[in-house]
Amino acid sequence: MSQIGPYTKKVIEYFKKPRNYGRMKNPDGIGKVGNPVCGDVMWLYIKIGKDKKGREIIKDIKFETFGCVAAIATSSVITDLAKGKSLAEAMKIERKEIVDSLGGLPPIKVHCSVLAASALSEAIYDYLKKNKRDVPAGLEKRHELVEKEKKEIDEKYKEWIEIEEKMHQG
Amino acid sequence: MKKKRVYLDYAATTPVDPRVVRAMAPYFTDKFGNSMSLHSFGQEAKLALEKSREEVASLIGAKAEEIVFTSSATESNNLALKGIAFAAEASARRKKRFISSPNKQKGKHIIISPIEHPCIMEASKWLAEQGFSITKLPVNKYGQVDPKDIKKAIKKETILVSVLHASNEIGTIQPVAAIGKICREKGVYFHTDATQSFGKIPIDVNSMNIDLLSASAHKLYGPKGVGCLFVRKGTKMTPLLHGGGQEAGLRSSTVNVPGIVGFGKAVELAKKEMVKESKCLAGLRDRLINGILGEIEGAHLNGHPKKRLPNNANIWFEFVEGESMVIQLDMAGIAASTGSACSSAKLEPSHVLLAIGLRHEQAHGSLRFSLGHWTTEKEIDYLLKVLPGIIKRLREISPFKKK
Repeated sequence: MSQIGPYTKKVIEYFKKPRNYGRMKNPDGIGKVGNPVCGDVMWLYIKIGKDKKGREIIKDIKFETFGCVAAIATSSVITDLAKGKSLAEAMKIERKEIVDSLGGLPPIKVHCSVLAASALSEAIYDYLKKNKRDVPAGLEKRHELVEKEKKEIDEKYKEWIEIEEKMHQG
Repeated sequence: MKKKRVYLDYAATTPVDPRVVRAMAPYFTDKFGNSMSLHSFGQEAKLALEKSREEVASLIGAKAEEIVFTSSATESNNLALKGIAFAAEASARRKKRFISSPNKQKGKHIIISPIEHPCIMEASKWLAEQGFSITKLPVNKYGQVDPKDIKKAIKKETILVSVLHASNEIGTIQPVAAIGKICREKGVYFHTDATQSFGKIPIDVNSMNIDLLSASAHKLYGPKGVGCLFVRKGTKMTPLLHGGGQEAGLRSSTVNVPGIVGFGKAVELAKKEMVKESKCLAGLRDRLINGILGEIEGAHLNGHPKKRLPNNANIWFEFVEGESMVIQLDMAGIAASTGSACSSAKLEPSHVLLAIGLRHEQAHGSLRFSLGHWTTEKEIDYLLKVLPGIIKRLREISPFKKK
């Protein structure tokens, strides 16, 4: 295969055959994030279950992404990384792990991996909040940052988001 | 097995016509002389240079001595803007020595369109930093400048109006003749960047009242690294490059004779084939546009439906992003381009798409197809077969897919 765009083979594989994409019915947590600069949007859904030791784990995970090759590949890879992990472990997934799993990203696309990590932490935050559970300080701080950016992105995609939210409710 | 490859990015660059390559070949080896040399080696190069100059000039109704060869359209555009700006500044300085001018801003105003190529946008930005004032005209939803707005924008300080002939992105053709007429009446120089239209649609610098015009060889089956600037006789210009005084002192540098010979040959061919080829390309373009708009829901044409380059189609698709589409197409062997923010070095969407009123997410999903000499109906049909599946798949991944 010849070089495709500025991407590694791994990125293209994930882009070609993204895993765990699509909408999840009745998720336990949703993370909706966007990058106000480039305009990419990621929605991540999680379902929580318990492992044999009784720890809460991410039993199922799905994503929906409006964005470039890197955005789709990082979304896909984070679902692979998070699936089956305990919440505490999943919260620790950082940009570097995502980039490494893809065999690297062009420097200009590294922000896509940040977005994917934020989407996951937002989904976990959403789950904890909904269930009136304690939110770790780190997660709370991250949520504040994401919220700030989200305002900008929501403004950009107002019309589309409204349509989708209606769909969710209906 | 060789993978099927379909090139639909002729606006980015074109392959060199084999006839052009053949014409250039001797000027690398046998006829390698420096066109400034007095001996026979130099003179045969000089002869070829001047023949090419006549060829290029005749395509746009110019005189041979009004053509300055450069290295690219970017250089031509820079030379046009900065050359006129510096010359006006120098002339104002000379006058000031004799009469004290009350208006310090005299001769420092330039008008451009908001959908120029980045080289005009950036050169203007730089000139603004040097103390020139730049007015960006509005455009309508098709990307057209209204000549009336130019009339309104011209002040007594205005030295130059620069509006591109046809958009490299959305293909819209500007009313250059009407703009030229106004500029001539007001005594303001008119420059047009004709990089995409040169050799594709007719241009007459006299009837269109064009004073400066930029073009490039590699957009019309000539080599990369060669451009030209038409400079109407009597136009006051300052060169960017000082040196041996080549190109009537406007562009010092040893002349790229093989490249220019190639440019000349490409123009000679364009002159013969332009009318027929444009008609054929327009047919293929419409097949492509109608095919996409008919087959794919949520697809919208960018640019003017009629007044557009015969080889340009620019379409935006709801709920999907351009780079993803370009890469998917590439995997299917099809080359296209996008104005999406994700594909740009600055992570900003195309300024052209924003200027015609597209919102961020709309520009995000834009695709440009540009056709050329070797495009076939079969290739268009292949694209039409492949594209709906690509859009469908990306919409399945997108959170915004359903209406």
